[in-house]
Amino acid sequence: MDFLNAIVLLLNYLFVPALSYGSQLALGAIFVSLIYGILRFAYFTAGDLMSFGTMFTILFTWYFQSLGINLGFLPTALLAMPFGIIITILYVLIKDKLVFSYYRTQKSPPVMLAMVSIGTMFVTQAIVRIVIGPFDRRFFDGEKFILKANEFKEMTGLNEGLTIKSTQAITLLVTIIAVSILFWFLNKTKTGKSMRAYSDNEDLALLSGIDPKKVVMITWVIAAILATIGGALYGLDKSFKPFTYFNNMLPIFAAAIVGGIGNPFGAFLGGYVIAFSEIILTYAYKKFFVYLLPESLEPDSLLQLLSTDYKFAVSFSILVIVLLFRPSGIFKGKVL
Amino acid sequence: MRKNLDIIGAYTIMLGLIILVGFLQSWNMALSILCLCLISAVMTMGANIQWGYAGLINFGIMGYTALGGLAAVLVSVPPVKEAWQVGGLNMIFCAFLIALMVFSIRFIIKKYNKSAKRNYGIAAIIIGGLILLRLISAPAIESIEAVNPATSGFLGGMGLPILFSWIVGAFFAGALAYVIGKIALGLRADYLAIATLLISEIVIAVIKHEDWLARGVKNVIGLKRPVPYEVDLQTKEWFINLVEKFNQGALNLITDTLERQELLKQLVIESSTVFVKLCFAGLFTIVVIILLIITQKALYSPWGRMMRAIRDNEEAANAMGKNVVKQHLLIFVLGSAIVGIAGAMMVTYDGLFTPGSYRPMRYTFLIWVMVIVGGSGNNFGAILGGFAVWFLWVEAAPIALFLINFFTSGLEETNAFRVHLVNSIPYFRFLMMGVGLLLIMRYRPKGILPEKIKHI
Repeated sequence: MDFLNAIVLLLNYLFVPALSYGSQLALGAIFVSLIYGILRFAYFTAGDLMSFGTMFTILFTWYFQSLGINLGFLPTALLAMPFGIIITILYVLIKDKLVFSYYRTQKSPPVMLAMVSIGTMFVTQAIVRIVIGPFDRRFFDGEKFILKANEFKEMTGLNEGLTIKSTQAITLLVTIIAVSILFWFLNKTKTGKSMRAYSDNEDLALLSGIDPKKVVMITWVIAAILATIGGALYGLDKSFKPFTYFNNMLPIFAAAIVGGIGNPFGAFLGGYVIAFSEIILTYAYKKFFVYLLPESLEPDSLLQLLSTDYKFAVSFSILVIVLLFRPSGIFKGKVL
Repeated sequence: MRKNLDIIGAYTIMLGLIILVGFLQSWNMALSILCLCLISAVMTMGANIQWGYAGLINFGIMGYTALGGLAAVLVSVPPVKEAWQVGGLNMIFCAFLIALMVFSIRFIIKKYNKSAKRNYGIAAIIIGGLILLRLISAPAIESIEAVNPATSGFLGGMGLPILFSWIVGAFFAGALAYVIGKIALGLRADYLAIATLLISEIVIAVIKHEDWLARGVKNVIGLKRPVPYEVDLQTKEWFINLVEKFNQGALNLITDTLERQELLKQLVIESSTVFVKLCFAGLFTIVVIILLIITQKALYSPWGRMMRAIRDNEEAANAMGKNVVKQHLLIFVLGSAIVGIAGAMMVTYDGLFTPGSYRPMRYTFLIWVMVIVGGSGNNFGAILGGFAVWFLWVEAAPIALFLINFFTSGLEETNAFRVHLVNSIPYFRFLMMGVGLLLIMRYRPKGILPEKIKHI
């Protein structure tokens, strides 16, 4: 029984939160990785694009709520998300037309494009803050829990409860759907294959008649979709604050690089690697060992490897270690 | 003379703008803009050395700035004796242990060939060392932080004049840059940018949460100044006389002695803040000029030519027998050290150290906007960029307010849209920065004052 308690404890405080946080990071990391692979620059607007998409999801959510439309036990945001996606797609396409396409035709070095993306980062940040303000916002409605701790305790008779928030389940489900569609698209359809070809070898791809404009456009569309979904899920699960989203750029980059930048599947797994290591290294294991060990051996301290203050630092340290020993990332991305 | 006309023109306009602020808003405001412009100029010079001379992207500016600030605390604050008594010995032992770890790892790397066994050995040393560190430091940290937690709770510094910290800050930042350079300099440019950005976040996390070092987010306040305090000035005879002399005209107009005294008092209080800021501005100007002379000399020396050669064609420079890796590391350390000076200057100016305020937006990306806008590779351009961008950053709010009022003048005062816009004025500065950066990158990619290379 103690053993089961210990497992449930870890599931509740470690596995479930890490899984949902990891999914949110993974969605971000995939699109950063795609942009890196196909457009060949580090996209510093990543975090702010996510907040842009989330902002419009929130605005539509409010609009639907004012009309009295809702999805019952599901959050209204799910209904608003497609509209947010459409606006974000428009935004990135306009941005590409006005800003990025010029540098592509000039064949500017990647550094230049990265700098330009810092410019768009400032602009996006300004738009978000001007439209919705810099404050913390919650836009979750509907049923909050799928499984409550008390119910679980009654059901199983264990001491430890297992809570599953509906946002966590939604996050996981939506991520699985989105990512499987994406990988199906990249691996099975002609357009997806041409995108991968373009990413592997631009010159050869152009020779074989792939239209670069189309490839670039679809990359931006995918980026906008993933950014909005990832951002909205993060906002549903925690809360929406532009500054947090900007900061999330950093673990997203870490996930993309750890997974092997330019390799979407690697980035997907990288998100989970980062999320799990952040939570595993900063969790206090005292209670876990109290369950497992006999009373005489019970630990006094919290048994925390690192204080939670260092949560972000953990992912960056992993990045440094990966850079040192395996510069192409765990799952072999581009060699840089 | 003629070829420098653009430089002179640009600087005259910039100074004119600052003086205009002095007349329109207040001299206090103008001088604080000037001081922060000078500090920004030092930062951009550091970044410009790395980016303009050598083409290295360093997004870790925030980290070096914070280390410079840390240096200011560690140099100027008097040591907390109690804290040293309860935990000093353990902390010194920890420092010794870290040094031992580093040297033993270096020894292993030198002595043995690359193999799985060697990697395991290194890993074992690191893990064992970390556990040992934790065991030794944990009780010491706890007792240090328990010493007067409201006012101290840290080891304190050395109690030296704060000006020393400008040099110490440079050394701190340089040392960090050496470590980062060793790890990350082999990476491709934009990869290096991400790596340095993330490493600087780690540095900030450590400074924020290691309370025994510099109180962390509890902030250190009341650092000693290298210039007089306003309160002291207001009682000094010579200062009052000076103020009287300067404002003779206005004072003579008033005949009533009581009223005259009242006005004089007012003027003394006002001028004391201006005087303090003038002192700061003087100190900062000296630093900027010294750095400018050194960097200009370096730029046109054989070393500067070599750096440009490495930047423009690494492989060719390598083939000519230049040690690219070594030079990159050197310039990375030098540039970061300059940023460290700026960090220490900033904390000196503010008189307080607030680790929570170090954010990448303000201390990394804004500095990069300055470098790009000013003109990379040109020191005068970098300084001008620091001035212009900081000026815009501060004055963005009044400008935005003016523009909003102008464009929405057709709407009513209480119109919801107008009120919303006016309420979000602080965020228009991001918009201005972004649009400014994009425009400059598009139409003048070399910056306001582009790099000039003398061809022989």
